[in-house]
Amino acid sequence: MSKEKSDIQIDASIIEGIRDGDNLAIQQLYQIHFPPIAQMIITNRGSREEAQDIFQETVMVLYTKINKGDFVLSSKLQTFLYAISKRLWLKHLTRGEAKYRKDSIDDYGDTLAVEEAIENHEIIEERLLHMEGSLNGLGEPCRTILYDFYIRGNSMAEICEKFGYTNTDNAKTQKYKCLQRLKKIFFKKYS
Amino acid sequence: MKGINEQDFLAWADAYLREELSEEEKRQFEAYCEATPVHAVLFKQHQALVNDMKVADARSNFKRDLQRMGQAYHQTRQPKSSTKVFGLWDRFKFSAAVAAAIAIVSVFSTLWLTGYYKNLKKTTSDYSALRRDMNTVKRNVNAQNVAIQNMHNSKDNARETMHYGATGFMITKNGYVVTNYHVITGADSVYLQNHKGESFKADIVFTNPEKDLAILHISDSTFKSAKNIPYTFKKQDSDMGEDVYTIGFPRDEAVYGQGYLSSSTGYAGDTLAYQISIPVNPGNSGGPLLDKDGNVIGIISGKQKGIDGAAFAIKTKALIETLNNIPADSLNGKNVVLNNKNVLHSLSRTDQIKRLQDHIYIVKVY
Repeated sequence: MSKEKSDIQIDASIIEGIRDGDNLAIQQLYQIHFPPIAQMIITNRGSREEAQDIFQETVMVLYTKINKGDFVLSSKLQTFLYAISKRLWLKHLTRGEAKYRKDSIDDYGDTLAVEEAIENHEIIEERLLHMEGSLNGLGEPCRTILYDFYIRGNSMAEICEKFGYTNTDNAKTQKYKCLQRLKKIFFKKYS
Repeated sequence: MKGINEQDFLAWADAYLREELSEEEKRQFEAYCEATPVHAVLFKQHQALVNDMKVADARSNFKRDLQRMGQAYHQTRQPKSSTKVFGLWDRFKFSAAVAAAIAIVSVFSTLWLTGYYKNLKKTTSDYSALRRDMNTVKRNVNAQNVAIQNMHNSKDNARETMHYGATGFMITKNGYVVTNYHVITGADSVYLQNHKGESFKADIVFTNPEKDLAILHISDSTFKSAKNIPYTFKKQDSDMGEDVYTIGFPRDEAVYGQGYLSSSTGYAGDTLAYQISIPVNPGNSGGPLLDKDGNVIGIISGKQKGIDGAAFAIKTKALIETLNNIPADSLNGKNVVLNNKNVLHSLSRTDQIKRLQDHIYIVKVY
């Protein structure tokens, strides 16, 4: 009983840690959950490197789900991660050839929740990758200006000083132009 | 308020999003957005974009962390699974186990299907049957030995109370006689009768059940020490094919039997016996086996049922060993001194027999 409880506590602390971007939580996640998943992939025609990739993707799915804010762990974390990596691995295996049936290695009830999580993950992943690409596509100094202002939360005065603008108005104009360009690049795909 | 351009609006919106405005100003901003739908849409879009930027960054940070932790994790574990062989083993051990299991199952099922086990069983049962046969033979020999005794028993029973009879012969001139142990087992008294019909009482001096030998001594007062024994005892093993003969008492008269030494070992590989090819019958037990020169080379002991011409004789060597084992107490000062002068070797067979006859007795056991 106490072991079960401590398992639940560990799961909760890991989830908390991931939400906060805590490295220790990631380390713990690796130590506890990587071996069985690697085992599953290796015994199913996978290599150790592929196991790593799948595991990282699995963790990203978990991350997406946690950051969506509505994450409630209905089973043990291990079960959840295992189901996701199984699904991902199956997808990886059947990529380009749809001859495997969906229910070939797991049962149906689990699949739906997992499938949803993965789909969510993929949508967000795509959008954010696109965002990153767009930001990178801006070139300097636009990328850094926007990054400093919006992500690091620096004030316009600091930015003005850093980039050597004569006054904050110039910096503001520059920032506005950069933002417009980002929007142009970013929304090109979605318009 | 209306004439605000996009740039200024977005700067204002940024300020709003960054929580740099006072409560008063916030309400102003919200009111403005409500009043100006174009800018409200713009604001929403801007907010989403900024949020995406933040999330994307956090996410890529997390991803980077994850990768770094992953690498660190694998580096600490790398040495264990660095070799290719171990990697392959990890990968295929399950398949290998399955393959091995299938191989084992198929091997044994094939063996079973092809009747290997049946054959095996048959062979072993052949073997045991063979052994049983041998046991049977052994039993038959024993039974035959009993029969040897019983024949006399039944024959003589009507006439007198004699139990059974066999042959014995003298080994020293002072009255020591050898016969088979099986002849005198359970005897109350033993009498020796020579071919002239004289009967002497004999004591059992020593027995050796393993070698099936019994040493008797004639204790009767009517017995006079014999002249010299005409034959000697050959201690060396005789060769196969040697011409041999025996004299025994399968009936009340002495019967001569002639043959050859057919094997240097006896029943079931017994190295202390010969196999000989002489027609022997119940009653021949204990008779001397002599070679052509008149040396005693063995003592007739039995034969194998179901095999033609397979009789057995105990080697002289076993007799000598038995004699050497007799405790001095049992001898009563009458030492066993074997004769070493052979007077038979130059004689013809008939003359040999004439000289021999005096020293061969019919053993009667009561």
